[in-house]
Amino acid sequence: MFVTLLVLRNALRHKLRTALTVVGIVVAITAFGLLRTIVDAWYAGANASSSARLVTRSSVSLVFPLPLTYAQKIRQVEGVQSVSWMNWFGGVYITERNFFPQFAVDPGSFLDMYPEFILPPEERKAFLTDRQGAVVGRKLADQYGWKVGDQIPLRGTIYPGTWTFNLRGIYDGVDKSTDQSQMFFHWDLLNEKIRKIYPRRAEQTGVFVVRLKDPQQAAEVSTAIDATFRNSLAETLTETEKAFQLSFVAMTEAILLAIQAVSYVIVVIIMAVMANTMAMTARERGAEYATMKALGFGNGYVAGLIFGESMAIALAGGLLGIALTFPLAAWFADAMGSLFPIFLVSEATVAMQVGAALLIGAVAAGLPAWRTARVRVVDGLRAVA
Amino acid sequence: MSESDRPPAPAAAVPLVAVRGLSKYYVRGGQVIPVLVDINLDVAVGDFVALMGPSGSGKSTLLNLIAGIDKPSAGEIRVAGVDIAQLTESELAAWRAAHVGFIFQFYNLMPVLSAFGNVELPLLLTSLSRRARRERVELALGLVGLADRMEHRPNELSGGQQQRVAIARALITDPTLIVADEPTGDLDRTTAGEILDLLDRLNREIGKTILMVTHDPKAAEKAHRMIHLEKGVLAL
Repeated sequence: MFVTLLVLRNALRHKLRTALTVVGIVVAITAFGLLRTIVDAWYAGANASSSARLVTRSSVSLVFPLPLTYAQKIRQVEGVQSVSWMNWFGGVYITERNFFPQFAVDPGSFLDMYPEFILPPEERKAFLTDRQGAVVGRKLADQYGWKVGDQIPLRGTIYPGTWTFNLRGIYDGVDKSTDQSQMFFHWDLLNEKIRKIYPRRAEQTGVFVVRLKDPQQAAEVSTAIDATFRNSLAETLTETEKAFQLSFVAMTEAILLAIQAVSYVIVVIIMAVMANTMAMTARERGAEYATMKALGFGNGYVAGLIFGESMAIALAGGLLGIALTFPLAAWFADAMGSLFPIFLVSEATVAMQVGAALLIGAVAAGLPAWRTARVRVVDGLRAVA
Repeated sequence: MSESDRPPAPAAAVPLVAVRGLSKYYVRGGQVIPVLVDINLDVAVGDFVALMGPSGSGKSTLLNLIAGIDKPSAGEIRVAGVDIAQLTESELAAWRAAHVGFIFQFYNLMPVLSAFGNVELPLLLTSLSRRARRERVELALGLVGLADRMEHRPNELSGGQQQRVAIARALITDPTLIVADEPTGDLDRTTAGEILDLLDRLNREIGKTILMVTHDPKAAEKAHRMIHLEKGVLAL
């Protein structure tokens, strides 16, 4: 009790200095949390992917489509439970700034394949029966104020023309990590139009999604699927959904590494600033600590006071920084629109922020505490004279 | 009052502090600088001794060695039968907490603590209950005439009052020995007189053994005995 009182009173002794140090830690911890959340958001797709699903694409490149006839052959591979397929659409809603992912899917098999997208039965039925129908995630609907029954016009970039879809359903995610900023419509509609404008590109799809009977057999089934199409005109590359998602992340890995490095550099900088503050504080109070030692308090006790003060300041800044991270992340997510479909401050990030604050406090106190503990009482007392 | 005017110290035959062959030197740039040379000294229980001498004569060093906050280069210091030169640093800390009360020239109070908190500080190293600590602190502050200033912080007290708080802090554990390093050095003459009267009372009424370093001959007159140091050697 007494020690806590002494630590807190010491921490508040130079209010401006302490306040500025706390502000510095708040900024550092908030920035650290925000940068970690950006990195997490990059990996969100991969983290939310299912281990029971595989993705089969062209072994040459994702831009080369695969014949739809492959679906039947993939279904016959041992270990495959079901197959669906999809195409990236790449349409523009009003302006290019309104980016969100749109996929042409085989509605029935797709909804069965992705149980994490929760759609009311009547909306599901309406979507399945309307060839021009589409479903969107709740986040996307909220962003643009769409309601079921609305018409959504998209300007095609890969597939020319204006495409108008009837919004038949709004899906919710099974949990917070489910992407709710996507749009899905009938692959048949896309294929029908392609057949008219690019007949040679009809009956082809971007990727197949494969549900496994047993997720443990992912490697064997992947190999078997690719073996089925070896030496064909369109050889395949099959990988887990997570690996597929990570292949997109890998394209921007250098940026991610830079962001991660910056997040750590920020912590190191504030650590140095805080260490300077604590060194100054301990130096100013040298005579007081020497007096305590003369009165019989041990070196550990005196070092503990410095540690306690440093930890109190660092934790105060850390907790404020963590509290500030949440509204800042929400604002950032809004400002970024659907660039980051899942932008959540994770428990791991909060734990890392707490760890960073504790590390800042401990490292900053280390040297001054060690020096104060080692200084001889007479030398410390001489400082006052 | 000179040494001859004073009544003999009680129980003078049993020295509380016995210093034998004490030397202290520093090594600076390969050169040995002696500070104290072969000091032999006895202080009896209940004595009030003034250590005098010019600046650099080694009087504060001698006080620090007897108080256990510095280590001798050679010799023996026995306080109440314990050779404190042989104690480890942590043993010395515990010994000081139990046996020595400190009074400093600049009071050395904790600025963030009230007078009560400052006096209570040494008691935190004891097993006394909070209530027992409060009783003792109130008694000690009453004894130095500051019962009504308990909640005041050092910056709300005058120099003399701060030194009284420091004296209460030195008394609170009922130590074997009180060491005072220039206790009136930062005070005006009137306040210095009040502080010296208080030390005299502690010595006469409670029987505290006091070892005081001072430059001031008037302050030294309050002591039973004056010891002079010249260039690290006792001057008789």
